[in-house]
Parts: sequence; structure tokens; C-alpha cells
Amino acid sequence: MSILCGRDTRLLIQGLGRAGRFHGHQIIAYGTEVVAGVHPRRAGETERFSGETDHSGVPGREDSFSVDLPIFSGVAEAVDATGANASLIFVPPPAAADSIMEAAEAGVELIVCITEGIPVNDMVEAKRYLDSRSSRLIGPNCPGVITPGECKIGIMPGYIHARGRVGVISRSGTLTYEAVYQLTNLGLGQTTALGIGGDPVNGTSFVDALELFQADPATEGVLMIGEIGGPAEEEAADYVRSHMTKPVAGFIAGLTAPPGKRMGHAGAIISGGQGTAQSKIEAFRRAGIEIAATPSEMGAAMAAALGR
Amino acid sequence: MNIHEHQAKELLSSYGVTVPLGAVAFTPAEAGAAAASIMEKTGGHMVIIKAQIHAGGRGKGSFREHPDAGLAGVNVVASGQTSLMGERMTELAEKMLGSTLVTVQTGPSGKVVNRVLLEAAVDIAQELYLAIQLDRRIARPVLLASTEGGVEIEQVAAESPEKLHTEVIDPAVGIRPFQLRRLAGRLGLTGKAASSYVDLARRLVAAAGELDTELLEINPLVINASGEALALDAKLSFEDNALYRHPEIAGLRDESEEEPAETVARKAGLNYVKLDGRIGCMVNGAGLAMATMDTVEHYGGSPANFLDVGGDTDEERVATGFRIITADPNVRGIFVNIFGGIVHCDVIAKGVLAATEQVGLSVPLVVRLEGTNVELGRRIIAESGLGVISATNMAEGARRIVELCR
Repeated sequence: MSILCGRDTRLLIQGLGRAGRFHGHQIIAYGTEVVAGVHPRRAGETERFSGETDHSGVPGREDSFSVDLPIFSGVAEAVDATGANASLIFVPPPAAADSIMEAAEAGVELIVCITEGIPVNDMVEAKRYLDSRSSRLIGPNCPGVITPGECKIGIMPGYIHARGRVGVISRSGTLTYEAVYQLTNLGLGQTTALGIGGDPVNGTSFVDALELFQADPATEGVLMIGEIGGPAEEEAADYVRSHMTKPVAGFIAGLTAPPGKRMGHAGAIISGGQGTAQSKIEAFRRAGIEIAATPSEMGAAMAAALGR
Repeated sequence: MNIHEHQAKELLSSYGVTVPLGAVAFTPAEAGAAAASIMEKTGGHMVIIKAQIHAGGRGKGSFREHPDAGLAGVNVVASGQTSLMGERMTELAEKMLGSTLVTVQTGPSGKVVNRVLLEAAVDIAQELYLAIQLDRRIARPVLLASTEGGVEIEQVAAESPEKLHTEVIDPAVGIRPFQLRRLAGRLGLTGKAASSYVDLARRLVAAAGELDTELLEINPLVINASGEALALDAKLSFEDNALYRHPEIAGLRDESEEEPAETVARKAGLNYVKLDGRIGCMVNGAGLAMATMDTVEHYGGSPANFLDVGGDTDEERVATGFRIITADPNVRGIFVNIFGGIVHCDVIAKGVLAATEQVGLSVPLVVRLEGTNVELGRRIIAESGLGVISATNMAEGARRIVELCR
């Protein structure tokens, strides 16, 4: 029906600071089942979340909610006590990679890391740690993942999404919102939308996500949003050409970006002539991906690809 | 963040990396004294003076103020007498300091030289290349080495990839001695040169890891006449996200090498990159900000900048962004493109208006808002009486601002 998360997701939140509490509220309002919080100095306490239900989320709920979230000192304890199978990380950069490894060690199936600004060497270590474990990491430096009407694990506004036919994969946050909103307004909707993050080292790649969407019976087509820097879009294009039977549309940001300058995201930089938007657009074209010339046409490109 | 060659060499020295004897100078007199002192200490007859700027290609560069002097960014002086060496270097430094060095990497505007490095000349037997950087394909750092020292590595990769050798650094165990021995062998090194190279490479890998470098490049890495490996040049750039744990490195930043507006933005926590176009762009989110620049160009305009005010922006950040954009004399119009997800559009609209009143607005402004409370946000813009134009989508907004800037 979707990928990565759904009605059987039981979420824990690592890091209950300002961002963790604010977005925790939005996530519970959307209807995600949040079962635990992790905060080393607040173990044994509870955090109350109450307010108005976000009716753009999981259907058939009452108009208001009140949840007393138990807080644990570590992820392993939280998993033991609550059966959590997914984690959302808001921990600040110096400790974020450690939090990812802690969740992996506890056997959490899906780890979503929102944190922006984690040092590359920390992520290289975390990625090495994940190699020998079964957890899947989404991000870091990403908006998260959402299966509309079922489960939201991230900081994206819920109401722009709608249940539907298209899988969305993106390195950018607000550009994903742009794409999702166009798909919703065109009546195409989404099966699952995920941000894979703007950092040079991330957990789930375009190829990993394409593989999941190709295997998901509900997903009819995939919209892929890339940007300058690194080889991930070229690798994705190769995968589309050799493995995807579903139509794919795409957009690449950064045609006007100067070389050698980092464009906001740590991973968005053209270095040594590698990672240009031109090279990525050309790779998409060769793979038969329907390309949106401007970001305003991402939804239309997807519709065209589905209609071919 | 980039640092100067002399700073890089000082840092690497603390890891036991061999570098030529040298000293930095900020005035002609300092340069003369340093050159004389180097000559005395080494007993050699040749000293090199190297312009310190954050750009490569210095050896083939030239000075705008001295086009006919035969003066490059790197110059060698030979003399049998210490006093003559001092005089000659003082003269050279007088020409170089405060002048504009233009190289293939600086662009036509060049960079002003504010410091020079004086170094003992090295008797070079062999020039090699070594770099350590992240390989994004495998999410691990790699050591790149080649026999083509002094040549840009992109050129080697394109023209003779068989001369480029790679060893992957496993984060769990670091680089292993057998990998470095293998590398030395592939570079054709034997005997003392091979063992000296292995030792140098091991120290460089340690430095790259501990200092969180984004790029460590030694080009050339030389083997001298007595078979010792040393770093003749050194380029270090550091990963911004890791600077918090290296305050001593953060302190090496030379703001005179940066675009002033980018320094202001960085201190305000905004991601800003100056471009040379005419339409100022203010956007929330890096991907959307890049896409907005692309859309402006798609409709025939030219973006003046990249500016990401953050996914969850607020009035304060919007105002700072406005101040940076309006300070750019090239800007003929401004396009604000905000997808207000969690942050409501009415809040953003009020922020934009407050910022325009605060900063003052002398160029056309088009605002595109999308998201929660969008109707209210657009009404606030329309009723402001400030002549701000409201657009309903990104393409329309980009078209409008391009028209208004014709």
C-alpha cells in the first residue's frame, strides 16, 4: 500500500527539545502512533501532548487528543517497554550520529533523522555502524517520510498531502512540499513521500527508495527531485533504465549554481566539475525520465509520464 | 572554510609532516628578514616567495598592477649573499603585497595579496600528488595518489585515469600500513623514498581525520634529492559543520578572502551566495532557493544571489535577508518565494512587510506565498499599500519580476 511507514508504525522520538516537542505535537495531531520519547535527563517523566486533531491526517478520529508520552533514558529501554519500531531524531548535531547508532543498536527498523549540520566524519562512522545492522536510516538533514492518511514521521505540513498513486523522493525539503502540493492539486496524490536529505552522506539513497517504490503495488509512478552535487542522481538514472518498469518524472535544481560554492545544503556543491545540474538532467533524459523544465511543472511532468 | 598555505603547513607540521623551512610575512621588511634568516639556517642559495591567497594557479598568475615585471604569484630568488637576498626579497614583496594577483582560479577580478610565504627551495627529485577527501559513492574517505605532481587532479582523472590510484579509508580501522605500502609501490617508489612516503601519508591521513578536513591536498608532494618525502604545497579546507569542535581552526579564518555580504549572512546564520545577476531572491529552503534562481533564469532574468532563510523562517531572518539583498547595488528587483508549511503565510506576510518598512524599498518586489492561511497572507500583502506585488505560484512570480526588471 505504501513504503517505509503506515498504520502499524509505532514511533519514538529522540530529542524532546523545542523542535522535538513542537513537531511531536504536529505528528500526534496528524494521527501517527507515538509511543515513547527518549531524553537522558528526563527519564521517568511524561510529556503531555493535547490539542485539536489534524483532520488532513489519519481519518475517523475525534476532534481532539491528549497523550501522556512516557520518557525513557535510552532507546533500548523505550523499545523494550513500548514495542516502538520507528524513531524520529531531533538531537542536535554533536550527538545526532550517536543517537542514530543507539537506535540501530536497539533494533529500531526505521530511523528518520531530521538534524541538519552533522559532521561528515560522524555520518561516515554511523553509516559504517549501520552496515552490519538491519535498520534503515532516512536522512539526515531531511523533512522525513509520510504515508498520507496513515503515518507522518517528520516536519512536513500534513495538509498538502493526499493519498494517491505517486511515490516522491527528494533531497530538498520545501521543494518536496512544492512537488507534493502539485500532485495533490492534480488529483494524483502520493503513496509515500520521503526526503532523503541534503547531506553528502545519507542513509537511504535515490536507488534504495526507487527499489522500494518499484516493489510497492500501490505506487504507479515515481517523482524524483535532485540537485547539484555528488553522483546520486546519475546512479538513480542508471537504476531507472535497468530496473524500473514504472514511469518516472524528475526535476534537478541548481542549473544556475556557480561551481565550487555550497548552495545551502552541505551536499549541494559542484566540485572539480562533478555533480553539475546539466550532467544530472542529461542522465535523467538518457534514462527516459520525464523532466520538468521548471519546478512549477513537476506535477505536470509526473502526469505526463503516467499518461504515456 | 579555507585557510592559507602557510597556515596549512603549520598545522600539518604539528602532525610531524615534513614541510620546507619557511615563514609568513605581512610587510616587505618582514619578507626580507625572513628570507635572509632562511638562507642562514639552511645554507642554501635559493629562497621562494609565494603569494598567500585562497586560490590556485599562483605560479602562472600575474599581477594586475605589474603586468610587465615578469612577476608571478610564486617567485624564486638566488643569491650568494644573505644581505642581497634580503634586499631582493624586500623589493619583490613590496610589489606583491597590496597588489592584485590574477590566476585561472581567481577569475578576472583577481585577489589582493595581503601576506606572502618565504620558503627554502627544495632540491626536487620527483613530484607526486596526494589528496584525502570523501568519496560520496561509498560514503568513506579515500586517499588519492598520482605520479603527476603539479598537475590538476581533474585533468589527470580525465586524460590518464590509469595514473590515479585510490585507497579507501575504513572508518572502523583507519588506513592500514599494507595499503600505504601498496600505494608507494604503484607510484614506483622504492627504498628510503617509499618508507618516507608511507610515513608522510600516514601522518596526513591522521591529520585529515582529526581536523575534519573536507579536502586535504598536497600538490606537489615531493621526494627530495636525499629521498625524503615532503609537502611542497598544502591546501586544507575544513568542513563547516565540524568547526564547532575545532575553535583553533575557526580562528584561522581570513575574512578578507571572503565576499563581504557572505560574511554578514554567515554571521546572521543565513545561507547566502552572491552571484552577478540583477534579481535578488529570498526563499525558504535550499532546494527551493536553487530552483527559484533557475526559474528566474528560465524566464530570461538573472539571479543576483542564492539566499535560504531557512525552512521555518521568521520575521527577523526575513529582515536580515532583505538588508543583505538591498545592499547589493546590482539588484534591480526582488523575488520572495516562500512555501509556508508549518509557519503560517499571514505571519510571513507581516514579516515581509515589516522588513520592507524597516529596510526601505526602492526596487520592485514580488512575493509568492503558498501554504497555511495563504489567502490571508496574500490579502495582507495586497492591502499594505506598499506596492508589493503578490503572485500565486513560482512561475508567475518569476515572470512578473523579470518583466518588472526589464
